[in-house]
Amino acid sequence: MNQVKCDCGHVNPHGTILCEACGKIIEDGTQITAEPVIDMRYEGSARRSQTYNKSMIDKVWNFFSSVKVGVWLIIVTLIASSLGTILPQEMYIPTIMPVAEYYEDQYGWFGRLYYDLGFHNLYSSWWYLLLIAAIGVSLVICSLDRVVPLYRALKKQRVIRHESFLQRQRIYGITTGSVSDQSYELVKEQLKKKRYNIREDNGNVLAEKGRFSRWGPYVNHVGLIIFLIGSMLRFVPGMYIDEILWVREGETKVIPETDGQYYLKNVDFKLEVYDKETDNEAFGDALDNAGMVAKNYQSDVILYKTKGNTVAGDEPELEEVESSSIRVNQPLKFEKFALYQVNYKLDELFKMSFLLTNKSTGETFGDITINLNDPEKLYELDNDYSVELMSYFPDFEFGEDGNPTTKSRVPNNPAFVFKMYSPEKPEGEVSFVAIQQTIEPLGDNEYKMAFNGIETKDVTGLTVRKDLTLWIIGFGGLIFMIGVVQGAYWNHRRIWIQRKGDEVWVAAHTNKNWFGLKKEIQLVLAGTEIKEPMDQMKENQVDEGEKD
Amino acid sequence: MKKQRLLIRTVILLLLGAAVAYTLYANFTKDEVQKVEVGKKAPDFVLTDLKGEKHQLSDYEGEGVLLNFWATWCKPCEKEMPFLNNQYQAYKDQGVHVIAVNVGESNVAVSDFSKRYDLQFPIVTDKDSQVMTAYGVDPLPITFLIDKQGNVVEIHTGQIVAEADVTEMMEKIKP
Amino acid sequence: MITLSENLLYIAFILYLLSIPFFGGAIKQKRNLDHQQNSSKWSTIGIVISILGFAAQLGFFFTRWSIAGHAPVSNLFEFTTFFGMCLVGAFIIIYFIYKTPLLGLFTMPIALLVIAFASMFPTDISPLIPALQSDWLHIHVTTVALGEAILAVSFGAALIYLVKVIDQTKNSKSTTWLEVVMYGLIATLGFVIVVSAFSFADYKAEFNWVDKNDNEAKVEYHLPALVGPNQGELLTDGKMEPLVSVPGIINAKKLNTVIWSFGAGILLYGLLRLVLRKRIGAALKPFTKNINLDLVDEISYRSVLIGFPVFTLGGLIFAMIWAQIAWTRFWGWDPKEVWALITWLFYAAFLHLRLSKGWHGEKSAWLAVIGFIIIMFNLVAVNLVIAGLHSYAGS
Repeated sequence: MNQVKCDCGHVNPHGTILCEACGKIIEDGTQITAEPVIDMRYEGSARRSQTYNKSMIDKVWNFFSSVKVGVWLIIVTLIASSLGTILPQEMYIPTIMPVAEYYEDQYGWFGRLYYDLGFHNLYSSWWYLLLIAAIGVSLVICSLDRVVPLYRALKKQRVIRHESFLQRQRIYGITTGSVSDQSYELVKEQLKKKRYNIREDNGNVLAEKGRFSRWGPYVNHVGLIIFLIGSMLRFVPGMYIDEILWVREGETKVIPETDGQYYLKNVDFKLEVYDKETDNEAFGDALDNAGMVAKNYQSDVILYKTKGNTVAGDEPELEEVESSSIRVNQPLKFEKFALYQVNYKLDELFKMSFLLTNKSTGETFGDITINLNDPEKLYELDNDYSVELMSYFPDFEFGEDGNPTTKSRVPNNPAFVFKMYSPEKPEGEVSFVAIQQTIEPLGDNEYKMAFNGIETKDVTGLTVRKDLTLWIIGFGGLIFMIGVVQGAYWNHRRIWIQRKGDEVWVAAHTNKNWFGLKKEIQLVLAGTEIKEPMDQMKENQVDEGEKD
Repeated sequence: MKKQRLLIRTVILLLLGAAVAYTLYANFTKDEVQKVEVGKKAPDFVLTDLKGEKHQLSDYEGEGVLLNFWATWCKPCEKEMPFLNNQYQAYKDQGVHVIAVNVGESNVAVSDFSKRYDLQFPIVTDKDSQVMTAYGVDPLPITFLIDKQGNVVEIHTGQIVAEADVTEMMEKIKP
Repeated sequence: MITLSENLLYIAFILYLLSIPFFGGAIKQKRNLDHQQNSSKWSTIGIVISILGFAAQLGFFFTRWSIAGHAPVSNLFEFTTFFGMCLVGAFIIIYFIYKTPLLGLFTMPIALLVIAFASMFPTDISPLIPALQSDWLHIHVTTVALGEAILAVSFGAALIYLVKVIDQTKNSKSTTWLEVVMYGLIATLGFVIVVSAFSFADYKAEFNWVDKNDNEAKVEYHLPALVGPNQGELLTDGKMEPLVSVPGIINAKKLNTVIWSFGAGILLYGLLRLVLRKRIGAALKPFTKNINLDLVDEISYRSVLIGFPVFTLGGLIFAMIWAQIAWTRFWGWDPKEVWALITWLFYAAFLHLRLSKGWHGEKSAWLAVIGFIIIMFNLVAVNLVIAGLHSYAGS
C-alpha cells in the first residue's frame, strides 16, 4: 500500500512499474522490464488487480480481471454455441408431436441424447446464460481494472522522459553531432502537419496524437454491457410481449396483451406469385426451376380502438384508428406495439353446402349451407323437409373408442351427423358425412346429403410484438460500434525528441501499426539533420524490412 | 485506502451477482408466468350460455366462482366434467358457482357435449376468444378459483384428477 | 443484356487469373535500399490487371442489378461471387498500403476458387420473395460480404506466413496441418472440376426413393451415384448404380457430391505430390523467400483489425436490425445467426490474444486460418447442409 516516489518527484501508486510521469523503471525484475524492449501495455501502470490479492473478494476480482480468463470464456461460449446448430432447436421444429418424441423419431439415439442433455433449448439453458453472464462480469471488471490506471498514466505523463525509458522503447535512436535549430523547427512543423499535438519542455518535444483511440476498447466494452443489460431487462414483466394472432378474412378479433383496448379486422388477405408472362422476363429460367415463387402477400387490415369501458366477452364499441396493409418487412405499428405478417393459411374452409337428395330418384329437396364456424342446429327446408345437425366435428378423426371426435375447432376436416326429416321418414334418418365418405350407421337410408360446394376464406397469422428493451439494446450496439471503430481505425502515437548534451534522442511508441508509425517518422524527419531511429525488435536493421 | 478498495469491489461484485441471479431466476420462471395472477382481481367478463342467459363475473361478487376453461376435443377436460357436475350440485346452495367457458366451438358441439354429460352448470362460449385472451389461457383445461371479493385464490392447470380435489376447491371459495 | 452481364464475369475471372503470374514474377525482385516505394514492373502490371478485373466484375454486378431490379446478392451464387469480388477489392486496398505482390499470389487464387465455386450453383436471375424485398438486403448482405472479405485477406497473409516459417525438412504437426489446409483448397478445386465436367457432359440420373417419412420421392443426380438414396431405384438407363445406400435422414445427393469433391481432391493432391515430389507447403516455400515475416504478420493482424468492425456492422448490427423488422425478433438463434456470432466471438478472441506477444507470429497465423474456416463453414455448411430460415439450401 505504499506509494512510491520516483526520482523525478512524482508519487506513483503502489505497484507501478514505470513512473507515470517520467517513465523511469521503478520496479525492476518484473515481466514487463525483463525484455530489452519494455512492454508498454497500460503504460507500465499498476494494474490494480495485480497488486491487491488478499481476500476472497480480491481473488474473485482478479479472476474476472484476467484477459486469459476472458478469452477462455469467449472460446467456451463459441464452442457451446456451435453445439446448438447440430440439430434444429426446439423453436424450429414442427409441432406435430411432443418434443422428446420428435428428436428421437427424427434423429434416433443421437436425437434422444441431444434432447436429454437439454441441447434442444441450448441458448436458454442455465449454463449458457451463466457463460454469457460471466462474460458480462468479466467485461465490467476487466475494464474498470485497466482504464483507471491507464487514464492516470496518460494524463500524468511528462514531456521529459527518463533515459532508461527512452532507451528501451521499441523505436529508439540517437543522433550525434550538431543538430541545428532550423532542423528542430522543421521537425516540429512537419509533426504539426501530421496533426500531432506538440508539447515542449525546455527544448524537448513530446508529439502525440490519437490518444482518444486508447479508450476505444473500454467504450466498446461499455456498449456490450449496455447490450447485455438490455437483454436482461426483457425478463421484467411487461417489457417484452410475443403473441400470435390469427384472424380470418372478415373477422374482427381483440389484439392480445392490449388489455382489450385494441381490435383488428382482417379485411382481405392476398397472395400474389410471380408470373412468367407479366413479370421481368429475366426471371424466366428461375421460375421454371422453382415453380411457384411468392411475389407479395399482405393483410389489409383495420385497427380499432375500444371506446369507453368494456368487459371481455361483450360486444365492444369500436372506433377506427387506421387501415393499412401489413407485409413482411412492413409491420403495423401502434403505441408501443407492432403487428408483423408472419404466417398465413390459404383457403380455410368457411362454408359447406349440401343437397338433401333422394338416393333412388336423384331428386333434390333443397340445399343447406353450413357455416363451419357456427353451424345451426336445424335447417328447415320446404314441404316438411328439414335437416337436423346432431353432431358436428370441425377437425374430425376417429377416436380411440372408434367414435368420431374432433381434434380442434378449426374446420380442417369437417364431419357431420345429420338427421334428415322427410315426409316418408318423419322419424328421421341418420347419416354421418365427412369429406369423401358417408356412413349410414343405422342401416340404409332413403335420403342422403350430397356435397354441393364450399366457400373458403384466407386466414392471416400475425405476431404481436412489444419490446421496450429495443432502444437500450440498440444504444448498446451503437456505443459498441463507436468504441470498436475508435480503437481499430486510429492509433495512439507518441514521438519523443530530447536533447541530451550534444546528442538528440528520438524514441517513439504506438499501440498498433508500427509499420505506419515508422513510415510517418520517416516523413517527419525528412530534410532534417535528425537520423531515423531503429526498430529494436528487428534483427535486420533495414527499415521496415524488405517489401516485395 | 485498502478498505475503500475492498468495499468498492464488494459492492460491484454484489451488484453483478444480483443481476446474474435475477436473470437466471427469471429465465426459469418465465414459462410459469401467468397473465392473471393469484391474489389479483379476476378480469371481468360477460358471456352468454346455452339457454341464452348472460353471465357477468362481477354479478357474482359476494359468492365464490369456479371458472373452468374447456373444449370438446380436450380429453382431460372431459374426464373432469362429471366431478365438476357433482360438486356443483352439492355446493350450489352454499354460494359457490361453476361457470364453464368453452373456447369458441359451435353451439351444436357444445350443447351436444352438455347433453351427453347432463351438465347442470352454466356453459358459456367464448366466441371470439376475448375472455381467453384476457385470462391468458393456452393449454387446456385450466381452472381459476375466484373468491367472493372477485380475487383469484388459486389457478389449477391440467386435469383435476379426483372429485375430492374439486370438493377442496369448493371449500376454498365458499363465502 | 444477360449475356453482357455473364460475359463481364468471365472477363473478370480471366483477368484475375492473368494477374497471378505477374504477381509471381514480381516477388523475384529484391527491394533496394532507398526509401521510395519501389514497385517492380511486374507487380504494377499485376495490380493493374487485378483492378481491371475488379472493374469488370463491378460491371457484372451492376448490369445484373439493372436486369433483376434488385441488388444481386439474393442467392448463393450471387452472394459468393460478390464475396469474391470484395476479396479482390480488399486485396487491392491492402496492396496499396503495404505494396506486397506476394499477397496477390496467394489471395487471387483464393478469390478465383470462390468465384468458381459459386458458379457451380444455380445462376439464374431470380425474383425476390417478400421477405427479401427490403433496402436492408443491399445494406446487410453487402456489408457482411465486405467484412468477411477483409477478414479473408488475413487468411491469405497467414498462409504466406505459415509457408515461410514452417520447417519443411522434417515431418511435424505443423507440416501436416499445413497440408490439410492445402488439401482443403484443392478439394474445392476438385469440386469445381468434377461438377463442371459432368455438367458439361449433361449427366443426369433419376432415382425413385423412400424418404424418412416413408413417402415416395424422386431425385435427380448430376454426378454419378457413388452413394444412393434410401431404397433407391435407378430410373435412367445406363447410368451408374450406387455402391451403397444411405438412410432416409441423410441427403444422399449432397453426400454424393461431397464424396466426389473429397475424392477428386485426394486425386489432385496425390498427383501434385507425385509431380512436385515434396509437400505442397514445401513447394510454395521458395516464393516466400523474400518476404518479411513481421510484415506478413502485421498485414494479417491489420486485416482483422480493419475487417472486424465491418463484419460486426454488417453481420451482426445490420442483420439484427433487419431481422427485427422482417422476422419480429432481432435474434433467433437460427444456425446462420449462431455461426455469425461464432465468427464474431472467434475474431474477438483473436484480437484479445494478440495483446500478448506470445500470440504473434505463427500462432496468430493458425488462428487466422481457423477464422477463415469458420467463415467458410457459415457460407457452405450452414447454407447447404443445415437447413434453416436463412439458408439458401437447394440441392
